Amino acid sequence: MIWRILLGLAVVLVLVFVGFYAWTWRGAMPALASAPSPSSFSSDDIKKGAQLAALGDCTTCHTAAGGKPYAGGAPVPTPFGTLYATNITPDPATGIGTWSEDAFRRAMREGVGRNGTHYYPAFPYDHFTLSDDSDIAAIYAFLMTREPVQQENKAPQLAFPLNWRFFAGVWQVLFLQQGPYRANTAKDAEWNRGAYLADGIGHCGACHTPRNWFGAENKGDLFGGGEAENWVAPALNASSPAPVPWTADQLFTYLRTGFADQHGLAAGPMQPVVANLKKMPDADVRAIAVYMASFEGPQDQSARDRQTKEALQFAEERAIKVGAMAGPATTGAGGSSNSNSDGAAIFAGACAPCHHEGGALPASRPVALGLSSVVNEPSPTNFVRIVLDGIHPAPGARGPIMPGFAGALTNQQIVALASYVRQQFSRQPAWQNIERALSSAGRQQTAAGGSQ
Amino acid sequence: MINLNVNGQQHQIEVDPRTPLLYVLRNELKLNAAKFGCGLGQCGACTVLIGSSAVFSCVTPVSVAAGRPVRTAEGLGTIENPGPVQRAFMEEQAAQCGYCIPGMMMRAQALLERNSSPSEAEIRTAMQPNLCRCGTHMRILRAIRRAARAVSASASAQGQ
Repeated sequence: MIWRILLGLAVVLVLVFVGFYAWTWRGAMPALASAPSPSSFSSDDIKKGAQLAALGDCTTCHTAAGGKPYAGGAPVPTPFGTLYATNITPDPATGIGTWSEDAFRRAMREGVGRNGTHYYPAFPYDHFTLSDDSDIAAIYAFLMTREPVQQENKAPQLAFPLNWRFFAGVWQVLFLQQGPYRANTAKDAEWNRGAYLADGIGHCGACHTPRNWFGAENKGDLFGGGEAENWVAPALNASSPAPVPWTADQLFTYLRTGFADQHGLAAGPMQPVVANLKKMPDADVRAIAVYMASFEGPQDQSARDRQTKEALQFAEERAIKVGAMAGPATTGAGGSSNSNSDGAAIFAGACAPCHHEGGALPASRPVALGLSSVVNEPSPTNFVRIVLDGIHPAPGARGPIMPGFAGALTNQQIVALASYVRQQFSRQPAWQNIERALSSAGRQQTAAGGSQ
Repeated sequence: MINLNVNGQQHQIEVDPRTPLLYVLRNELKLNAAKFGCGLGQCGACTVLIGSSAVFSCVTPVSVAAGRPVRTAEGLGTIENPGPVQRAFMEEQAAQCGYCIPGMMMRAQALLERNSSPSEAEIRTAMQPNLCRCGTHMRILRAIRRAARAVSASASAQGQ
């Protein structure tokens, strides 16, 4: 009897497997004899494709550090293992030189390579699928007119059985909702344009929406906060950590310049996003801001106004006043109960020279810490990373600099500083896991609580 | 009272714990190599070592340095017997006005202690936080390469 059940189970499993295999199977698309001539593309398409490729941050993953543009090789860490972005230059042997526009469109819409390979969703085709045909054609035109680079792709480092691409196919069956984008008729044209760009090529949700056990975005908690390259990607919906609810104007300024005076400076993986967005026209960046702001904070305007007023007032009360440095060891008006702690002394000596009320220099005026999303995040991860490494503009670019304190401060001192900052500048509960954030940022623990 | 170990010497100093380490070095201990530049950790003129790390002493409160070894350019050598980094900076005549040089030397020292044969790119990346207004960067880079050769030569001589 037991053998019959087992045999039955085995047969069912085999049938399920064969069924899924047939369901997910995709054939190869014909290879072009040679890469299309660059002159076969219109300069308008190439220009539009360049903007869209910048919006999609293609180069952030598809260019390795110090490598040739779009030749691939940059590692993409995921909870399942490390993947390597592929060569998307028009090299026929190692890139996409033999791909027709149809094959490219299938890759963008369905996550399937020209030869029928299923792509893992680290390649955000679950967003790119929303793009319309003409935008995909423009990106194709842009990529096919880049310098071809011969560089072999690196195999993903995934544990068995995930290294079997059949599972990427199963993932697509389960989680991929194919586009293109369908307009929400209840919203205006600008909102829809923003949704198309942010949810499509811009793939904001790839970092800012939490993922389920299978690595698929949880659409029920759209923009509820996620992670990117070991940074927290803050929530951008009603659970946003920003004390002042984001407005479309603040978001537009933030995306356009990298800084919003009621929120802070773009740091970590958001820096290249802002740098790439510089290629996009104002109207598109504003549309993205309008769309994203529609998820932020309380929907009721009077509640928003009240929250804004309270947050601005709190930040002003708690700001460290000029001159507090010279006086006795207190933090000036409105100081919290921990103003005599070790953390307060570290803040006064290390941070207050710039982070006092109004900022040290007009040119690099930092955000009032009471308004900072980083200080108000549920997790201390981003705070710890910024204290350790500082914030630096890309090499050769201009922008505000914050020095890193990795060498100056021990782990114990950073914990004291983080606790003080949280208590002084936020009404949120104390951070509980600062040590863990330090060790995940690569800091060794020593018996004395020291660094390195 | 704060216990401070600077260039191997122990000091007990009565000072507000928030005071920048730079002020204590210059005003209390009369160690004037480290300079006040911007006071905001943006220029590097105040660079000293805590442990093996180069830090901006102008934005380092003295309390955080308590009990950890601090080194300044005075600790790299003497006039009669300069250290390899000091010697290389002199031989390349890397100073013009000289204001940034002690900071440059301390950051170069930190680099060479963790990597005695850095590549050109590694030198430039490591020195990136330190600014020179006169523009002697090319000489500073030459001095660091010269110091690296001296340090690795003496390391391999000791190894034999």
